[in-house]
Amino acid sequence: MRACPNCGEGVFEGEGFCEACGHPLTAEATAAVQAGRVAREGVTAKVLPAGRPGTRPTRRTEPKSPRPACTECGATAIDADGYCEHCGMRQPAERDHIEIELPGSVAAGASDRGRRYARNEDFLALAAHSGGIAAVVCDGVGSSPHPDDASRAAAETGVAELAARFGSGAAPEEATCDAALKAAEAVAALAESPSDAPSCTYVSALTYADPATGTPAVTVGWVGDSRAYWLGGGGSDAASEQLTQSEQLTQDDSWAAFMVAEGALTEAEAEAHPNAHVITAWLGADADEVRPRVRTFSPGGPGAVLVCSDGLWNYAPKPQDLVAVLAGAACDPALDPLGAARTLVRFALEAGGRDNISVAVVPVAIGTVAPDPVTPNTEHAP
Amino acid sequence: MSEQPQFSIKIDQNKYLPEGGREVHAVVSVESTGSPTGVSQPASAAEVIIIDTSGSMSYPDTKLRAAIAAAQVAVDTLRDGVFFAVISGANTAKMVFPQQTTLVRADATTRQQAKQALSRLQAQGGTAIGSWLRLADQLFDAHQEGIRHAILLTDGKNQHETAEELDAVLYRCTGRFVCDCRGVGTDWEVAELRKVSSALLGSVDIVADPQGLVADFQAMTEAAMGKAVADVALRVWTPQTAKLRFVKQVMPTVQDLTGKRTESGPQAGDYPLGAWGAESRDYHICVEVSPGEVGKELRAGWVKLVVPGAAGAEDEILATGNVLVQWTDDEAASTRINPRVAHYTGQAELADAIQEGLQARKDGDEDTATARLGRAVKLAEEAGNDEITSLLRKVVDVVDPATGTVRLKKNVEKADEMSLDTRSTKTVRTRKGEG
Repeated sequence: MRACPNCGEGVFEGEGFCEACGHPLTAEATAAVQAGRVAREGVTAKVLPAGRPGTRPTRRTEPKSPRPACTECGATAIDADGYCEHCGMRQPAERDHIEIELPGSVAAGASDRGRRYARNEDFLALAAHSGGIAAVVCDGVGSSPHPDDASRAAAETGVAELAARFGSGAAPEEATCDAALKAAEAVAALAESPSDAPSCTYVSALTYADPATGTPAVTVGWVGDSRAYWLGGGGSDAASEQLTQSEQLTQDDSWAAFMVAEGALTEAEAEAHPNAHVITAWLGADADEVRPRVRTFSPGGPGAVLVCSDGLWNYAPKPQDLVAVLAGAACDPALDPLGAARTLVRFALEAGGRDNISVAVVPVAIGTVAPDPVTPNTEHAP
Repeated sequence: MSEQPQFSIKIDQNKYLPEGGREVHAVVSVESTGSPTGVSQPASAAEVIIIDTSGSMSYPDTKLRAAIAAAQVAVDTLRDGVFFAVISGANTAKMVFPQQTTLVRADATTRQQAKQALSRLQAQGGTAIGSWLRLADQLFDAHQEGIRHAILLTDGKNQHETAEELDAVLYRCTGRFVCDCRGVGTDWEVAELRKVSSALLGSVDIVADPQGLVADFQAMTEAAMGKAVADVALRVWTPQTAKLRFVKQVMPTVQDLTGKRTESGPQAGDYPLGAWGAESRDYHICVEVSPGEVGKELRAGWVKLVVPGAAGAEDEILATGNVLVQWTDDEAASTRINPRVAHYTGQAELADAIQEGLQARKDGDEDTATARLGRAVKLAEEAGNDEITSLLRKVVDVVDPATGTVRLKKNVEKADEMSLDTRSTKTVRTRKGEG
């Protein structure tokens, strides 16, 4: 392994571009950049091979300089423990605030520790496959040990498996279900005993072109109360009208959702109840048989899939709320996924940041705008 | 020093501050575990025993006889190879053993010679403690690398030199050797001897009955022989905009080290901790920081135990710890009081209350004396400091310890009052019923 001449990140033989900063590493890559084909072509070949497991997205942090500057006072003296030697402020840990973006802005995400917790126990992962994007968000269950390890293992395993299974020809629902089960295995393997079981939620989204019709489709799968939403609209004649077509694609595996579904409580009553955030399904060695719920949708127009942890949706549970936040910042998630992810994370922080916040945004473009709004096609029973 | 003790630092604190909070407190516990056996000893150790031979030491004669016996036991307690000398102090200091101004190695012969020389001591003349310390300092001059310890015994006030002269000598001797001070009888000044012991990082105590001297000298010498590392310092780094309010030793005694700071690097200062054997001591640190945003975490103090290197050599870092601050809007977190910080805050106040109370009593201000000593009774009770509680009860009649209601005793033995004053800084580690 050698080091990128620009940022110092390790790079492998045969890679055209640095995965960390996008710097061209070979003569061909440099030529491609100079010829105006820019990073996309070169990176697509490298970062986004169909179904390559473990594909790493581009990390949108500043290129590592040998002496990083303090986020508080700007001094360039950070000691090995992560404290500024000048003002003493602890520097954000790598997971405290993460932003990732796939090359070409085909998908992006942001994750933040929030304002209450000492560490970020959420994890998000993105991968591109030949026809679209796989995105996974996991939220470590705070009452379990090492929830941060659980969420990371689940998200990384899930996204790699999802892209690989779909890339090798599996049906999207099957790939989604298998990926969630594989993630569950990875989390269960972390447990030292059933009473000491790291655990987390799981939600995935897979975008692709329907093989039969060629129109875009989205398959989501979940265990727990992390959610996926469709944020519709954007790019049409009456953008503000279109955005109202947004909707929640998942149904929480939670006590509150169960009580509402049973008709025992109204949504408002359930949300006000102390048990509102008790989840009824999760990944972990102490979980019952994991039965991921899977649904597939056909967007009726351009828009974006939003995948997030409850650190965001606690402050904006309705799709309209999320759309309003983005509209307020004049941010179109279909055009600027990273901007949308940042905007939503900032919104949750400003609203209190009582939990870790993770947001992934996957734009779905559409050739011809179909008149239908989003319609659920199937619910896949595993 | 092949087998140096293992040092560790433990920090007790509540790091959470409310929004806008500035002041953070922490108790830094330093512990050293001795080398496995007494086989491997530090490279060198030097011991000077200073015996007051002013005229008053023979009134009664038992004082001088007891001092001589105590010093002889101390000489016997020196292990082979330790450099030592015995000094007698009056208007000036004189060598008792050896005759020339130097230290000699302890062995069977030199110990015997020293004891014989001690037995010939006569009491005559006045008291000039500064001159005694100056001679000790001269003797330690060639031995600055190893452990340097002195024992000073006096029975009187420092009458034959000015306070300024004594201060100048203390300034000169600071950091050059550690000195444990003992006052025998009741004619010496507690504040004066405390000033000496505190400047020279040693202990001070009263030996009201000369018969107690032998055991005390033996214990002091044994403790000195158990020291393995000289000149340990507590290095405290603070953020650029922060202010280090105080650094106090709070266990085994209260000792304010704030004024003993020497700058040791950018935003860092060293506080001398003297020599260490296998022991543990606690320090209370208070830092004032600039408020930060809720959620941010700050290193308000970076505490390192160091042995500063000799000229040009690298400092040796024995252990480190962090004093942290995190601002929170969670009131339950920010209002939590760390029990050890509270415990030692109370005991530091206890020492102050006793000293102020006794001073007011001397000055005839009975109201202040009653209030301060009453407060002391309450604090000693809360801290579970039984030794101080029993000493206080010899000076005041306790009506209600829980509220600190007391009456001053009319007739108080001078020795009891001086014992309370001298031992006011002694602390206990935990409250009754805890740990």
